Amino acid sequence: MNEISLVAEHLFSIGGFNVTNSILTTAVISVVIIVLAFVVHRKMTSSKKISKTQSGLELFIEGSFSVMDSVTNDDKLSRRFFALVMTLFIVILLSNWSGLIPGFGPIGIYEQKQVSEEVATTTEATQQDQSVVEPAEQEHAHEVFIPIFRGPSSDLNTTFALAIISLISFQVFGIAALGIFKYAGKFLNFKSPVGFFVGILEIISEIAKMISLSFRLFGNIFAGEVLLLVMAFLVPLIAPLPFFGLEIFVGLIQAFIFAMLTLVFLRIASMKPH
Amino acid sequence: MDLEVAKAFAAAAAIGLGSIGPGLAIGMLAAKAMESIGRNPESASKIQVPMLLAIAFAEAIAIYALVVALIIKFV
Repeated sequence: MNEISLVAEHLFSIGGFNVTNSILTTAVISVVIIVLAFVVHRKMTSSKKISKTQSGLELFIEGSFSVMDSVTNDDKLSRRFFALVMTLFIVILLSNWSGLIPGFGPIGIYEQKQVSEEVATTTEATQQDQSVVEPAEQEHAHEVFIPIFRGPSSDLNTTFALAIISLISFQVFGIAALGIFKYAGKFLNFKSPVGFFVGILEIISEIAKMISLSFRLFGNIFAGEVLLLVMAFLVPLIAPLPFFGLEIFVGLIQAFIFAMLTLVFLRIASMKPH
Repeated sequence: MDLEVAKAFAAAAAIGLGSIGPGLAIGMLAAKAMESIGRNPESASKIQVPMLLAIAFAEAIAIYALVVALIIKFV
């Protein structure tokens, strides 16, 4: 099974910039989200008779506000964080689900890859004289199938980028809420030796947050893709069905968890140090 | 033994052993949550979101083990 690749495959280059298949899919998803946002904005009205879509969306937004309020316990903080957290949720949700759309694996191109293989041969025992063969390097024109689209969150680059965005936003919102000296005082705490050590631990835990956010999302979605591939390989049409259901559920939960964890850490970052 | 055989064993062991801890952790978390909901059914909605967050943290450890196994197998 050579379709499973941890690394996103490179399609073409623009200038010096390598475009991989997950970058292409991210671009498509971004365009979809922006177009949807414009369409909804156009049709939005505050008259008495509103369409079902609009009332559904209003329900959704009020519901998510109340869930955020239950975490932050503060209405003003919820409003401040709503844009970032909701955007993360929508982007990650669509990224997770896009890997399940039919055609995301099979549609692709064949590329000739030059793979230089070392033909490693064993040297026979010295009793047989004819056998000494050195390892020779041969270049095979090896044909590889590259899918054009790939779910963005199954690529570690995308999830790492999202985690870096979250990390930067923690610092920015923390400084905005507390002021830079108080915020830096959480990490560089010179009041006592124990405090200093705790400050160092806080720095390490920031990095751990970033790593855990990215790897959680990447691991879940990539493992789901591998699972679906293996299931389709074993029993072609029947076995993947329950696993598709599982993947839809997991995609929703992982998007929710990423957004929730970002919200919780944002709240912790804007809390006063005790 | 061959490198390929050792890789297969390593990948299997990584994910097999690595999911014991998180499995136990998630079980204990959910058990305590169920017990407290049983004692006080009105608090169900207040318990749900923190429970989900805690389960996500525990599951992340299993995901680290899975990523290690996948890296061993496919890289």
